Amino acid sequence: MNEYADLLIIGAGPAGMSAALAAAPSGARIIVLDDNPLPGGQIWRDGPLARLPNQARKMRERLHTHSNIHHHAGTRVIACSGPRQLLVEDADHGWLIGYDKLILCTGARELLLPFPGWTLPGVTGAGGLQALIKGGLPVQDQRVVIAGSGPLLLATAATAKHSGADVLHIAEQASSSAVAGFALQLPRWPGKLLQSFSLFDRHYHTGSHIVAALGNERLEGVRLRKQGKIVELACDRLACGFGLIPNTQLGQALGCALDGTALAVDVWQATGRADHYAAGECTGFGGSELALVEGAIAGHAAVNNTAAARHLWPRRARWQRFATALNRAFSLDPQLKSLAQADTLVCRCEDVPYAALAGHTEWRAAKLASRCGMGACQGRVCGGALQYLFDWQPSAPRPPFSPARIETLMCLDDTPPA
Amino acid sequence: MNQGLVADVIVIGAGIIGAACAQALARRGLRVLVLDAGLQGATAAGMGHLLVLDDNPAELALSQYSLQRWREQAPGLPEGCAYRNNGTLWLAANAEEMAVAHSKYLDLQTQGVACELIARNALRVREPELREGLEGGLLINGDGILYAPATANWMLDTAGIEQRRARVSEVDGNRVCLDDGQWLSAEAVILANGIQASDLCPELPIEPKKGHLLITDRYPGKVTHTLVELGYVTSAHNATGPSTACNIQPRPTGQLFIGASRQFGTTDPQVEGWMLAKMLKRAAEYMPGLAQLNGIRAWTGFRAASPDGLPLIGEHPSRKGLWLAVGHEGLGVTTAPGTADLLVAQLFNETPPLAAQDYLPQRFLGEAVYA
Repeated sequence: MNEYADLLIIGAGPAGMSAALAAAPSGARIIVLDDNPLPGGQIWRDGPLARLPNQARKMRERLHTHSNIHHHAGTRVIACSGPRQLLVEDADHGWLIGYDKLILCTGARELLLPFPGWTLPGVTGAGGLQALIKGGLPVQDQRVVIAGSGPLLLATAATAKHSGADVLHIAEQASSSAVAGFALQLPRWPGKLLQSFSLFDRHYHTGSHIVAALGNERLEGVRLRKQGKIVELACDRLACGFGLIPNTQLGQALGCALDGTALAVDVWQATGRADHYAAGECTGFGGSELALVEGAIAGHAAVNNTAAARHLWPRRARWQRFATALNRAFSLDPQLKSLAQADTLVCRCEDVPYAALAGHTEWRAAKLASRCGMGACQGRVCGGALQYLFDWQPSAPRPPFSPARIETLMCLDDTPPA
Repeated sequence: MNQGLVADVIVIGAGIIGAACAQALARRGLRVLVLDAGLQGATAAGMGHLLVLDDNPAELALSQYSLQRWREQAPGLPEGCAYRNNGTLWLAANAEEMAVAHSKYLDLQTQGVACELIARNALRVREPELREGLEGGLLINGDGILYAPATANWMLDTAGIEQRRARVSEVDGNRVCLDDGQWLSAEAVILANGIQASDLCPELPIEPKKGHLLITDRYPGKVTHTLVELGYVTSAHNATGPSTACNIQPRPTGQLFIGASRQFGTTDPQVEGWMLAKMLKRAAEYMPGLAQLNGIRAWTGFRAASPDGLPLIGEHPSRKGLWLAVGHEGLGVTTAPGTADLLVAQLFNETPPLAAQDYLPQRFLGEAVYA
């Protein structure tokens, strides 16, 4: 079952949905691939206990009304199988999709930093806890501590409280002056001001960061540094997130250039490779509003509707200013680089402690010597941490980009290139 | 500008061959400086398969001797080296290959290599994941596996060895010139940098042979022995074009390595989808259940191959003071101990533990031009 798309969109979060809806009136045959069961991405993740915002619900409905948009859920890109052709896999089978144009909306993942006890059961990512709760994890009356940096902490706290959790403490590593400075700018984006009021929590503490998760078999408490003082709190769950890392791997494999840690794009959301666009968090962290407008610009540009794309530039510029303010306010304190102790696991797939890595000067040598990043997650977690801790650049992506059934890899054409 | 001697011996290349030579020399009390450019050669890319091969008597002698040395060293290897004596099971797909298995069995028995012929009906008792209808197999009991990068590091962690990250731009007998123009001298220089050796000695007849490998997620207990098709010996091994052969190795983690491929005339390290597919299809012909397992990572490497498939071990005949330990193709990890012992015996002018003649560089480079 091989397929063709005039426009192939990778990712059905806000950017991907927005791109598909912008491009749909052209009549182009559009395929949207997404590795989640339902469109919405991380921010609008669905589940038994999720409450989707109206906007998300409406966009999802509109996707269905376009007969030229085909959505493949639970589908991952495994390899580039030829020029403008990808090998993909879902739960049942693998197949090839050829395309004329492509938009990368591959999003971002949480930066998880190692600290003593972070691998104890009961400790999750901040976004991870939010996803678990939306998926049905009961947290009623559980004592929850949330730590790390950025607005996701407040969003996670809101989700947890709504499900009956007792949120004891939200530890934001950024200083009170940085956060206050950011809050003062919020009236420039009234929707965000309203949102932040609804998320505000009296347990929110700036200049506060996690030191250790405590417990034997599972999490029993946390040790925090709060305005310079060490405090301990008993709790049942700890959710940590230190910001987001753009998912650039597929873009890099397709030959798209990077700008810092994100995919580089021009005013049309076009990457360095012709007919390949990128939008949303894979081009840098900016929130769902920026992702929506970037997705729409990419969608319009990909079907040559330059007027419609250009019309959205001012809106994008407005949300880019918001993203800049946000990223400046929540930049990470270098102190966080010293949380891990010699015996703190950095790679939890292969049980590699910090001490086995600290003496190395680069990622490849460290990986070979310690097996760090060689496990099932293939460095998706520890790679981001090591990039932050030691400034090690992750190695270039190789197929399979995700674990894939060998049967799927056997779908690749095995005739040598001429 | 000569800086005086920086060490007794300089070894170029910190792969398994360079590491084994350095360790053998350091254990004799020599001061060894190991220079490595950090290019990650075949030691980092290979399977770490320790196997007896008998394509010719010289290959058998070197691999058999080396396997014996690995088994002696095994108790002293740290856990990270992941040594296991799990045996190699050579698979015969048809009567012709079974005849090859039989004649190998007789030859190996004569040479004192422990092995067993496995009949058709016993094969799937030993390895239930193999497909039905294979003709039989030959089990080499003494073969094993290890994790070569950790083993090389363990060897280099011997008193008397100093390691330095440096790229050598020129060799001149017992002197080497580093990237930054600095010359270093020693009593002897050992060239053990695999396919990079011909950058420093263009006269060496070494060609890169590209190989692909894939590793699966963890499936403990699925496979016990390293499974290799006998077609590897009867056809693919001697082919000149791109080829694949079934090679499935269980790692101590429960993961499976799946190989093997060979390509000539390329130095492009990209994982090539067509070759990956071809290699996996070949392996799945022998083990159909592979198709349902998850592959988590694929990569490539380059074997440094000599024209006759044997390494070059000994002093360079026209560059006095420069010693060669290169051209091991796919057998570098296996024959590292034998290579080190041969080289050290020659350096010390002792009688080597096995005849050195067949591995001398002279067979390609001509007789020595110095006295």
